[in-house]
Amino acid sequence: MYKIESKEVSLYYGDHLALKNISLQMKANTVTALIGPSGCGKSTYLRLLNRMNDLIENVKIEGTVLIDNKDIYARGIKIDDLRKKVGMVFQKPNPFPKTIFENVAYGLRVNGISNKSYIEERVIRSLQNSALWEEVKDKLNKSAFELSGGQQQRLCIARALAIEPSIILMDEPASALDPISTAKIEELIYELKDKYTIVIVTHNMQQAARVSDRTAFFYIGELIEYNDTKEIFTNPQNQRTQNYITGRFG
Amino acid sequence: MKKIFSRLLNHLITVLLYISGSITSLIVILIVFFLFSEGIGLFGKKPTEDGFIMAVNKSNTVNHLNAEQIKLLFDGEITNWSEFGGKNDSIILFRMDNITDYFTEEQIGENFENLPACISKVVDSIPGIVAFVGKHYIDKNFAGKELQVDKITVGDFMFGKLWFPTAHPVAVFGALPLLLGTFWVSIFAILFALPLGLATAIYIAEVAHPTVRNILKPVIELLAGIPSVVYGFFGLVVVVPFIQNAFNLPVGETAFAGSIILGIMALPTIITISEDAIRTTPRSMKEASLALGANHWQTIFRVILPYSSSGITAGAILGIGRAIGETMAVLMVTGNAAVIPHTLLAPVRTIPATIAAELGEASQGGLHYQSLFILGCVLFIITMIVNLAVEFISRRNRRVAS
Repeated sequence: MYKIESKEVSLYYGDHLALKNISLQMKANTVTALIGPSGCGKSTYLRLLNRMNDLIENVKIEGTVLIDNKDIYARGIKIDDLRKKVGMVFQKPNPFPKTIFENVAYGLRVNGISNKSYIEERVIRSLQNSALWEEVKDKLNKSAFELSGGQQQRLCIARALAIEPSIILMDEPASALDPISTAKIEELIYELKDKYTIVIVTHNMQQAARVSDRTAFFYIGELIEYNDTKEIFTNPQNQRTQNYITGRFG
Repeated sequence: MKKIFSRLLNHLITVLLYISGSITSLIVILIVFFLFSEGIGLFGKKPTEDGFIMAVNKSNTVNHLNAEQIKLLFDGEITNWSEFGGKNDSIILFRMDNITDYFTEEQIGENFENLPACISKVVDSIPGIVAFVGKHYIDKNFAGKELQVDKITVGDFMFGKLWFPTAHPVAVFGALPLLLGTFWVSIFAILFALPLGLATAIYIAEVAHPTVRNILKPVIELLAGIPSVVYGFFGLVVVVPFIQNAFNLPVGETAFAGSIILGIMALPTIITISEDAIRTTPRSMKEASLALGANHWQTIFRVILPYSSSGITAGAILGIGRAIGETMAVLMVTGNAAVIPHTLLAPVRTIPATIAAELGEASQGGLHYQSLFILGCVLFIITMIVNLAVEFISRRNRRVAS
């Protein structure tokens, strides 16, 4: 059984076909990297999985997306509940203009949890799991904006972890960070794999090779190749995949 | 050749821009200077009429009173000298007309030649008397003493409770009723306009369908373009009678009516600025909140509103600024009674309304005229504080955003 499964999914922005018949399966507790040149639809595909595309007007979706074998686009699905299960980390760190503590507690509070000691415990555990605890434990009541970019991004990961999702979507989580912060995030992804299913969009081929188990190559809205990461990078089946990973275009 | 010409043109434009900039600044400075120079003469003057003095018995221990006290005294509100810190003696008022109560016409003399002596005698014989008489009837043998009138001070002006700029024998310039009237009307206007304006702004920015938004926004902006006299007319014809009937009042022209009209007038400012602030909340903030399982309303209240709070505050303060300075509409619906308001359903008078209503009847250069200019200065200072507050808040906002 697959954790995430999409069957012949197409997505239109108005008349523009942005994703063509994408069928992908991802197993639980794996890291899947989505790679491809800009505008290939990899971010769009990622945002399909927590219905973030719903925010955009004139989006039409065909096909089915299953998470834990349930159609997330079926009628009667509560989007809030889906997003609690599928956490997301964005390209640029986007902490709220609140304290570090409140940033992590936000997801719990909006889900109606008000037990103080429980919130505190979860915040601490999330910060520990995102490898930020040691750096912020003395300044939980300071503004999140006082943190560095890399710390902010790990705070955003902690924020996503706090509501205990089973899937984490990452949209180029390290693209705005320096190499040291990037290394920390990658290390974190590797550790989080034990508990979570991770889907990561990245422009950085080495990053995809380092952190992922499976890699999907997108090109102009189509899924060109999907295989074990090792296979994709050492023995690509498709010419376009080879051209891309060897840097001939993109 | 062409190059020289275009360079010359550039120079010319620079000079023109420089000149227009300097002229504008100069005009602003001139207006402020004019305002203060016309008004400042009020302080340090005595509010009595020229050529008249107030005299009391020599034994009276009260030497000076301020304008407000004299007003109360001549109105018969205060009847004992002890209330002014003097002896326990009842106050007896004496005006020139009263002279015949004490002396016959023969005693005064055909050509009033004995009048100074008569006045002197009256003042000397009654310990509790206060006489308001012409200066030329006081000669050097006068048996009483002159009661000094205090000069007008800034404190008297700002905190004086009575506004009687044309009262007789002394004018009383206490601007507190006008200040309170202005604040009273403005604060309730904002209490009414802020929730309504904010709700509309949220609706337009976050909830409304684009078609609705495209209709609603220009309509609201149109509200700002309606002349204030039209609002006043609307208030007079619709709001005032409504309030009169609803609260069963003798008159409907009240602070409440003013607040409603001012609230409506402040709405476009509040809505436009708040809506802009709400819409500049970064998309990433909204997405972050939604991605954590928050619904639309939780996102609005927990992320968007806190994020845009300084923009919303700026909108509210500018709205207040508009309300404080508004003249015509308020003049028409608030009843214009310069008394300290105790309820919302009492008539009040604001500073701008006072200036508009009274400047026509004040003689140029007189105390009344100067007092109105001081009111203008007060208004200027309040508006300046409001604008500085907005500047401060939006600067803080910029710092948070960067």
